[in-house]
Amino acid sequence: MAIEVRIPTILRTYTDGAKAVDAQGASLSALIDDLEANHPGLKDRLIENGDLRRFVNVYINDEDVRFIGGLEAELSDGDQVVVLPAVAGG
Amino acid sequence: MTPSRRHTLEHVLTIDQATYDAIVAHAKRDHPDEACGIVAGPEGSDRAERYVEMVNAAGSPTFYEFDSGDLLRLYREMDDNDEEPVVVYHSHTATEAYPSRTDIGLASEPNAHYVLVSTREHGNNEGPVEFRSYRIVDGEVTEEEVTVVEQLPAPTPKTESPV
Repeated sequence: MAIEVRIPTILRTYTDGAKAVDAQGASLSALIDDLEANHPGLKDRLIENGDLRRFVNVYINDEDVRFIGGLEAELSDGDQVVVLPAVAGG
Repeated sequence: MTPSRRHTLEHVLTIDQATYDAIVAHAKRDHPDEACGIVAGPEGSDRAERYVEMVNAAGSPTFYEFDSGDLLRLYREMDDNDEEPVVVYHSHTATEAYPSRTDIGLASEPNAHYVLVSTREHGNNEGPVEFRSYRIVDGEVTEEEVTVVEQLPAPTPKTESPV
């Protein structure tokens, strides 16, 4: 089994247009490393200076990961991860 | 027939009067804070059909951001409906209706029309506002014409090849 990761439009250039890809990892951090191995360049769009980018939202089973441990948030097979860029500006 | 006026802008945002009025009313109501929201439409249709007002979680006169929970619910809803954000709008309350550096840096919907409304002139009161629309792709801003219509034209039926 694997973890489904929903990819937003703007990052689908890294997934050959796929809206969702499968990845593995026991934590969000490990999952992102696994994503990077198969879709090089993706990690840099999610992480900056070792932490999640301020304007990228990541959800595990509908919970914003900022409230459940950030990059250390735990994952199990069958979980669903959603990546959504913030809709924000000045 | 030759158009009476030469179009200098390559792209056009076509928006119906009721949606236009709703965006302007939202911007005026939330002034001096920035107002924000989207208009969703069927994927790939470029039709701004479903107006969705969002809360500015930043509650600020110089910044806007959708609440992260609201954002997820909105995108799930659009996903379920095979929709995408056709318009992403927000207001500027003290400056012109032109994307700020932050707007450009954070724009992440390459297919969307980014609508900017400026309420700097009349604030919460009646009176005209600046209402402008842009494409923002890879940090490049392209203004487009805004055409307000009474109602959106009927959707073009998809032509399907016979089986």
